Amino acid sequence: MSKKRLIQGNEACAHAALYAGCNFYAGYPITPSSEVMEILSYEMPKLGRTFIQMEDEIASISAIIGAAWGGAKTLTATSGPGFSLMQEGIGYASITETPCVIVNCQRWGPSTGQPTKGAQGDVMQSIWGTHGDHAIIVVTASTVRDAFDMTVKSFNFAQQYRVPIVLLMDEVLAHMRENIDWPEPGDIEVIDAKRPADVKTYKPFANDEFLPFGQGARYHITGLAHGAEGFAVSDEAAARELKRMVGKVQDHVRDLALHDRYMLDDAELAIISYGITSRPAQSAVDLLRAQGIRAGLLSLKTLWPFPDFLIDEVAERVDTIVVPELNMGQLVREIGRAANGRSQVIPVSRIDGHLLTPAQIADAAVAPFATSAGKTLGKVVRS
Amino acid sequence: MSNTLKDPIQIRFSGAGGQGLITAGVILAEAAMMDGRNVVQTQTYGPEARLGSSRAEVIISKGTIAYPEVTLPDVLLCMSTEAAKKYAGKCTPETVVIFDSTNIGPEFTSPGRVFRLPITETAIKVGTKVVANSVALCVLNTLVPVVPRETLAAAIAARVPSKFRELNQRAGEAGEQLAAGLMTTTA
Repeated sequence: MSKKRLIQGNEACAHAALYAGCNFYAGYPITPSSEVMEILSYEMPKLGRTFIQMEDEIASISAIIGAAWGGAKTLTATSGPGFSLMQEGIGYASITETPCVIVNCQRWGPSTGQPTKGAQGDVMQSIWGTHGDHAIIVVTASTVRDAFDMTVKSFNFAQQYRVPIVLLMDEVLAHMRENIDWPEPGDIEVIDAKRPADVKTYKPFANDEFLPFGQGARYHITGLAHGAEGFAVSDEAAARELKRMVGKVQDHVRDLALHDRYMLDDAELAIISYGITSRPAQSAVDLLRAQGIRAGLLSLKTLWPFPDFLIDEVAERVDTIVVPELNMGQLVREIGRAANGRSQVIPVSRIDGHLLTPAQIADAAVAPFATSAGKTLGKVVRS
Repeated sequence: MSNTLKDPIQIRFSGAGGQGLITAGVILAEAAMMDGRNVVQTQTYGPEARLGSSRAEVIISKGTIAYPEVTLPDVLLCMSTEAAKKYAGKCTPETVVIFDSTNIGPEFTSPGRVFRLPITETAIKVGTKVVANSVALCVLNTLVPVVPRETLAAAIAARVPSKFRELNQRAGEAGEQLAAGLMTTTA
């Protein structure tokens, strides 16, 4: 049998979770994420792993936090309305340094919005949705194979850094089918949390070592500011602990900053994109190159911690950075901040529930020069 | 028909929810994969389970496919008047446009090369309108040979429940004959 399979983004996500060793799923179904849950509902019992349909998304995030401390590798999947409900729990996961993965298949919002229409409107919410300064890692995917790989990576990051991970997908990728080479066990590295060498002296918040309940150590877990043993602290000790927690991801931004480059080496114009929008962005690079414009693409897979150093490299070399997004301008604010006046940063926005087309991105890229160029690249695609 | 198939080739299926068009898109995508090519299949649908507008798209290429949706279709199938209204104009003069004449009257036109065939009526003659998607797939693949005929038949057989395999096979053959008849009369 061929290893090639035609699968949906959500199918890839579900099977990748199993590949990564996910043995506890709790969730509440919601379009466009439901296939992740549906597939796991029949695959997990076959493998002796735990699947629970909860009463809502608040219960779902709570269950995966509790199960993680019970020793499981845990996942939930949702979309905007459910993701909003999970924010308090995400904060709890962050302060309790709980490894867990939250998949958000973005749809048009706010509120019920358009359940079957894609968007990239939850970028800022993924980073800042829960209150207070906190540690979180936000990653994306743009192809079905990516959805597989980034799901496994999400579990790895959760285990390595003991933080909640948000994997941002979107309706189009969630339901899109592509042929992929099906990964065999061993093809993608699977990482588990470090265990303490000495159980007796284990302090749950001293470092990234992780020892779940019931394995010989006694400790306290609380949403209150706490020290290495888990008991409440305040004042300077609280400040020190918060700095340590946030530092866990900020100090490792170079290790975490997954990204792809496409024809960027000699580029005079850069497109910086992420998720599904990286696909029309790549086609836009081809369109612009065909017109003699040296365009290139930086596709960010990790959105947070924000990889300033990658933007630095681009902004040093190009005059124009184009940032297409399926929202009214979210990540462009971080990119603009990081570019810090070195390049002209042009946002390209689409919010009607459809993908940006290559022509729209290419047109926006040449718009500042359109009067001299005297042509629109859209015609290239439409002809 | 042209002897050389476009690469990438962009195919759009449009109609109403419940006509099996997303399934048709998936089957064609699977056939193309079995034929060793890369494929992306996307879909657009409303919140309704039935009768809302439905669209499936398939892009097939020997190379990498970046942008996953159809910009302008090389082949367009319209199975409802709503779909014809929405998509019949969005094509080139070279686009092969297939109208299901059971549902779409002669007042609908398109700048593409229009083929009018009673797809749903043929499915009903075979046994049930549920197999209209299999009729349509084989009409399409006869007019524009996107994948080898046997590969498409195998992909249909692999996707439908075993007790409906024979019914869908007959639907496919009826679709081939329908398209072949049209090709000889208009040639």
